[in-house]
Amino acid sequence: MTTRTRIGDSRAPTGSAGKAAVAGATFIIRPARASDIAFVTAIDERITGIGKMAYWSDVFERYSQQRTGERFFFVAAPPAKAAEQHVLGFIVGEIRAWEFGSAPCGWVFALSVDPSMRLHGVGEALFEQLSAAFRNAGVNKMRTMVAQDNRLHLLFFRGEGMMAGPYIQLEKDLG
Amino acid sequence: MKLQIASQLAIFAVLELTASSDGQLSVAEIGQKYGVSSHHLAKVMHVLARAGLVRSVRGAGGGYWFSGNIRRVTLLDIIELFEELGSDHSNASRSRAVTDEARALHQILAEIDNIARATLGSITIATMLKLAERHRANARQPAARLG
Repeated sequence: MTTRTRIGDSRAPTGSAGKAAVAGATFIIRPARASDIAFVTAIDERITGIGKMAYWSDVFERYSQQRTGERFFFVAAPPAKAAEQHVLGFIVGEIRAWEFGSAPCGWVFALSVDPSMRLHGVGEALFEQLSAAFRNAGVNKMRTMVAQDNRLHLLFFRGEGMMAGPYIQLEKDLG
Repeated sequence: MKLQIASQLAIFAVLELTASSDGQLSVAEIGQKYGVSSHHLAKVMHVLARAGLVRSVRGAGGGYWFSGNIRRVTLLDIIELFEELGSDHSNASRSRAVTDEARALHQILAEIDNIARATLGSITIATMLKLAERHRANARQPAARLG
């Protein structure tokens, strides 16, 4: 499952900053490979400030190698023929079922784009690829959970049409 | 939750300006669609202009155009120009509450306020335009079936 997207074409928002500098470049969305995990870790560390190689290696093992029809780990990367291979962004999700009666639905629990590649449609292409994977797997609902102060992800998911759902997130201090 | 009329008008005005084909509309044109007087709407536009979200073009054929970024400006940005959302359920206010019951109620109301702020702060003008378009498409569907 691979799709090719040209940066600066229809997926990229019009008037996005830096578009001219990368216009004409292309990227593809494909399943993650073991060799991608160092790049995934680096993007995540750049954004969160915490390096989590063991975590992302574990996510790769569980979400790329097991239950592959219902777990998905996609990356945006330069086309296969490109001289330099790296990762521009990634998305991870899975189909979850029957949590407090919830019918099977797609869950997105990780999405990051290299900050230098934002506003070029990379996140949108990843999101669409995961949506298609969920649809192909037979679910018609997609969910995620984002912190109230996580403005970047909230704006993105809202922009992709996600709305508040019927569940309320609850938590309790265990200290 | 309820929004003040001025906040609602400001949101509608910004949506009209951003959806307009030439990006510029007069106060009268916007007011006509929503059934409000130009005088009332002019006050709202003045607040939006002072915040740098719209700019005015004077003279015949003049009007307003949106000068913000539709992918960055949120509903909360606009609403906060006109009203303070929710009541005062801050920690300071909570600590002033006389009883434990009042403090507990403050905590729950603050929770609701936080969710409202997070929701309004996550909807950009671009997202609102998409939502409105979806409603327009849904409204067209029954007519298409009948036709």
